[in-house]
Amino acid sequence: MSHSPTLSDERTRTAPPSRRPTNTTQRRQRRAAYLFLLPFGVVFVTMLVVPLAYAGYLSLFESKLIGGEAFAGLANYGRALTDPKFLEGLGRVGLFFIVQVPIMLGLALFFALALDSARARGSKAIRLLIYMPYAVPAVVATLMWGYLYGPDFGPIAQIARAVGFGTPDFLSADSILGSMMNIVTWEFVGYNMIIMYAALRSIPAELYEAAEIDGAGQFRLAWSVKIPAIRPAIMLTVIFSIIGSFQLFAEPSLLNAIAPDAITTSFTPNYYAYNLAFINQELTYAAAIAFLLGIVIAVVSYVVQLAEQRRERQEMRQS
Amino acid sequence: MSALDTRAMVTGDSIAGPRRGRRRFAPDRRRSMPLTVLLWLCVAYFVLPLWWLFVSSTKDNSALFSTFGLWFGGDFSLWENLQTLFTVRDGIFVRWMGNTLFYSLTAAIGATLLATMAGYAFAKYEFPGKKAMFSATLGAVMIPLTALALPTYLLFSQAGLTDTPWAVIIPSLVSPFGVYLMRVYAADAIDDSLLEAARVDGAGEFRIFWQVGLRLLGPGLVTVFLFSLVATWNNYFLPLIMLNSSDLYPLTVGLAQIQSAASAGGGSQALFSTVITGSFVSILPLVIAFLFLQRYWQSGLASGGVKG
Repeated sequence: MSHSPTLSDERTRTAPPSRRPTNTTQRRQRRAAYLFLLPFGVVFVTMLVVPLAYAGYLSLFESKLIGGEAFAGLANYGRALTDPKFLEGLGRVGLFFIVQVPIMLGLALFFALALDSARARGSKAIRLLIYMPYAVPAVVATLMWGYLYGPDFGPIAQIARAVGFGTPDFLSADSILGSMMNIVTWEFVGYNMIIMYAALRSIPAELYEAAEIDGAGQFRLAWSVKIPAIRPAIMLTVIFSIIGSFQLFAEPSLLNAIAPDAITTSFTPNYYAYNLAFINQELTYAAAIAFLLGIVIAVVSYVVQLAEQRRERQEMRQS
Repeated sequence: MSALDTRAMVTGDSIAGPRRGRRRFAPDRRRSMPLTVLLWLCVAYFVLPLWWLFVSSTKDNSALFSTFGLWFGGDFSLWENLQTLFTVRDGIFVRWMGNTLFYSLTAAIGATLLATMAGYAFAKYEFPGKKAMFSATLGAVMIPLTALALPTYLLFSQAGLTDTPWAVIIPSLVSPFGVYLMRVYAADAIDDSLLEAARVDGAGEFRIFWQVGLRLLGPGLVTVFLFSLVATWNNYFLPLIMLNSSDLYPLTVGLAQIQSAASAGGGSQALFSTVITGSFVSILPLVIAFLFLQRYWQSGLASGGVKG
């Protein structure tokens, strides 16, 4: 997240070098800094850099039935980019991102603002209860919603029938993506709300005083002061949501058991990569898919950040 | 840490420190009835599924499929269900719980320690390469961990580490977001003059970190710890691919396994109430941890996490 506040921190926090008394102290402190960084650096390199490089390397080979692996250049990538299964999966998570993320983050922002305004009774309890699903593993959430969606005995269908709406089919091929969006929304609204809420709580008072003098109401205050002030936090939740949507795995893999017709083995790219690697034993192709997925996520995150920065600059020019 | 600081931390107040000062501005404290009603209706959406889970764990298999889902019905079978849950396959559920607890505690303590040391170094020292290293750490937040899982699996399998606890714990030790949080938090919470004073007193850098730094980082530590704990506790993909022996499974993989056995049918219908009771029991520890630690992580996030 190289958004602006971090970069500006960098500039303001740099201590003036003239204050450093002697060279020995400086050297000792440098050595301490490197030693403090060493343990994290070691796991960082072995668990992030090396696997990433290895996936890249592996993706350049082709598994042959006889004779093991042969160098294949970019053949796996060519195959992936023309593989309808991969592209459909990618389109599906793209759609997921475009539809689900605005709903989820919109709700989270609404709850954060509503709680921050302190105008509802029982704010503390509300905050905690909305946040609670984050403590529930995706596996349990999916199992649970799988039962809740059930056409015969699920309570939603029971209520719908009692009211006379017939039986909704949440697990058909047409509706399963929407049902999945609901599960993920349920799980993560609270998490995103907390990040935004925490940012709202640390808005300095001076910002409000000016708005008060202008006689701004709650909505005006939220729109013109609070939301702009927590933009970096919102951006953070957007980036996390991009990463989350594009690598959906637990939800499709578990829903597959109760809705095998609606969930294919390539429903999401990550689920596809898993099936390629562990069911089909196509390791090198799976590595290419995983690597490509990583690139897509990085590109989308980068484009979103760039758009946000441009918007910010434009607004600064206008004001 | 003074008594005053401790109280501030426990009440979740004014952790932002003197630099920013907590807002005292309260122009309009009127309660809004419509907003209250609306919010509580929304709460129903988040709570009812969990209520369903609890209610269902008190039902036997036939009541599960014949009574209204959101209310008790049939006999109250919670104890029988728990008994089945804890005895099925020689009590493997207890093992799964123990595994989950062990993996997530080890990973979370390790990740928090590594992230704290790194974040502290980024916040409090000047050294060549600092900017590049921090940028690399931030960039890594964007790397999808599941995209790494496959090559990590292959590397671990060559090293003979798959199907061991290490395969789950070691990859969970990296927390770039934790480093970011700790850096911002340490920059805020630890005054440079305090470190200078300790240096004048002749304390070494490591002693200063352990005795001065760590004590001021309380809420930040809890936040990073809790995030890492939840991440490992809830992880499914990594243990699924790394582990083969069901003795080593964490709860997530174990529950998914009995669920798929239950859906596959074959006379194992009784497993449904076991899956549901198991799901209910498995979320209790984290929910309780959240209730107890909420004040700490909220203040940690507020001052450190996402400054505007």
